[in-house]
Amino acid sequence: MKFTGRMWIFPDKNINTDQIFPGKYTYDPLTPEQMAEHALEDYLPSFAKEVQKGDILITGQNFGSGSSREQAVTCLKAAGVAAIVGVSFARIFYRNAINNAFPLIPCPEAAQYIFEHADVLKDEKITVNLIDGTIAIKDKTFNFPPLTGEALNIFKAGGLLEYTKKKLAQKK
Amino acid sequence: MAQTLIQKIISKVTGIKDPEEGSIVFVEPHRILTHDNSAAIIGKFKSMGATKVWDPEKIFIALDHAVPPPDEKKAANHTKIRKFVNEQGIKYFYDCGVGICHQVLAQEGHVIPGVVIFGSDSHTTTHGALGAAGIPIGRTEAASIWAIGQTWLRIPESIKISLSGKMPANVFAKDVILTIIGQMRSDGASYKAVEFHGAATKDFSISERLTMCNMVAEMDGKAGMFQADEVTERYLKGRALDLYQKVLPDKDATYIKSEEFHLDEMVPVVAKPHNVDNVSPIAELPDTEVDVGLLGTCTNGRLDDLAAAARILKGKKIKRGVRLLVYPASQAVLLEGMKEGIIQTLVEAGGELAVPACGPCLGAYGGTLAPGETAISSANRNFKGRMGCKEDTRIFLGSPATVAASVLEGRITEPPKEVFK
Ligand code: SF4
Repeated sequence: MKFTGRMWIFPDKNINTDQIFPGKYTYDPLTPEQMAEHALEDYLPSFAKEVQKGDILITGQNFGSGSSREQAVTCLKAAGVAAIVGVSFARIFYRNAINNAFPLIPCPEAAQYIFEHADVLKDEKITVNLIDGTIAIKDKTFNFPPLTGEALNIFKAGGLLEYTKKKLAQKK
Repeated sequence: MAQTLIQKIISKVTGIKDPEEGSIVFVEPHRILTHDNSAAIIGKFKSMGATKVWDPEKIFIALDHAVPPPDEKKAANHTKIRKFVNEQGIKYFYDCGVGICHQVLAQEGHVIPGVVIFGSDSHTTTHGALGAAGIPIGRTEAASIWAIGQTWLRIPESIKISLSGKMPANVFAKDVILTIIGQMRSDGASYKAVEFHGAATKDFSISERLTMCNMVAEMDGKAGMFQADEVTERYLKGRALDLYQKVLPDKDATYIKSEEFHLDEMVPVVAKPHNVDNVSPIAELPDTEVDVGLLGTCTNGRLDDLAAAARILKGKKIKRGVRLLVYPASQAVLLEGMKEGIIQTLVEAGGELAVPACGPCLGAYGGTLAPGETAISSANRNFKGRMGCKEDTRIFLGSPATVAASVLEGRITEPPKEVFK
């Protein structure tokens, strides 16, 4: 549970679920790969074409605000995004991420630092370690509280779907 | 330890005596609400290896987000849901046309004080209007609850919002909650429960409370709640599907934050594009022409909302070239509105009446904006593209009265005070 990847730096506040995954697609039955084609479509139309597997997003305050649509998480994950380090995340988006075993790391210190030094850091790689709760970029390291308890169990199971599968199997 | 309302409710449903803020507990809900997204949830449910739902009497499904279905894919979603409902013997299924899930859930007596309702829709906060904890969740969680009957919950800290005074004649619950969000911002209640307190709460009808709690989702709240009182009891009489006991917060409970709002000082406001906390008094807006008004949605599509608009539009015609979309929140509202002549007034004024459903609120079908258009809407969200088109479109949010006054003039206009005296 350690990722190193290129960064996409999005300091804007309140990037919402409509920008991440537009409402007009929410009731179309799409595969995760098809959802990935619309990732961040209303925020940065070129994103879905240019994103590479293992990329990490650095985001501003209240990322993922708005709708409960889980596709906002699924489309980013399917697009290959490995993790998001942000100032803060909206509640349902955060929950959906845990339930889909997609790492969101609220770490305002790291995010602010990257925003402030974006011109020198933009081509650097960032490393996120979920086990010891560290973020490393160039010569700087930041700490964040790692997941614990039931949230960690769901994450470890590979998401709520797998977690529930196991629980149901145990019952039988 | 003194407890907040959400602590009290969680204590009641879990049996945990002293639920500590920040701790994670497992909760079996009184109801789990889903809508057209049930089609996707069924897929997830099956891939979990589940075959039977945990309790067919606790599952609530209403079709509202694409009604009537605009294309064959969405129609097929509905077919899939109907089939599942029959196979599983799901008791509470409301087919196309009955109304918007949140309105139907409350109106049909499913929501009672002291219960937990999970919903795979972000505006599940609405149900706090009746002293319940309405908590929004995602689709995988909904599938998991269908399968195992419970999900995890972090017990939130609570924010206390005290309301005092009286609303001026042309100020409505929507103006109050928009003013609050404008001050507290769109992440002002992130991960927190919001409780409405104060002497003024007794003057809020259930419809107005539903509007307020609905919009708590726009502060990113986990729940938004009024305490059950005589108003709640009157509404639930002959309606509540289950017996209930009022659950109230302890008087000396501690809140992470307390805010006070004086209703007398409030004025009609709108949320400007493209975020709900971008709030401005209408009086301070530059001249803003509108192309379309949306009257309806789970926020403001009830009888009193349509009635307020009708009072302004009675005997008048909306401005030529401007449209007014009328989407009653439920069939019951529509029928009542027909009986009272409200629908007649709205249609005579030039309103386009539609089937009770979400409609243009989410931009998936029906009434989408054209590039360059501006809308004034009684809904809860004004994100760019929310009404189906992002090219140069703008959505302003206001009360139903503001929507009516604005389509009459063709520009965003304060509701006339004299009409409501
Ligand atoms: S009316 Fe709008 S906000 Fe309400 S449930 Fe429907 S789409 Fe969501």
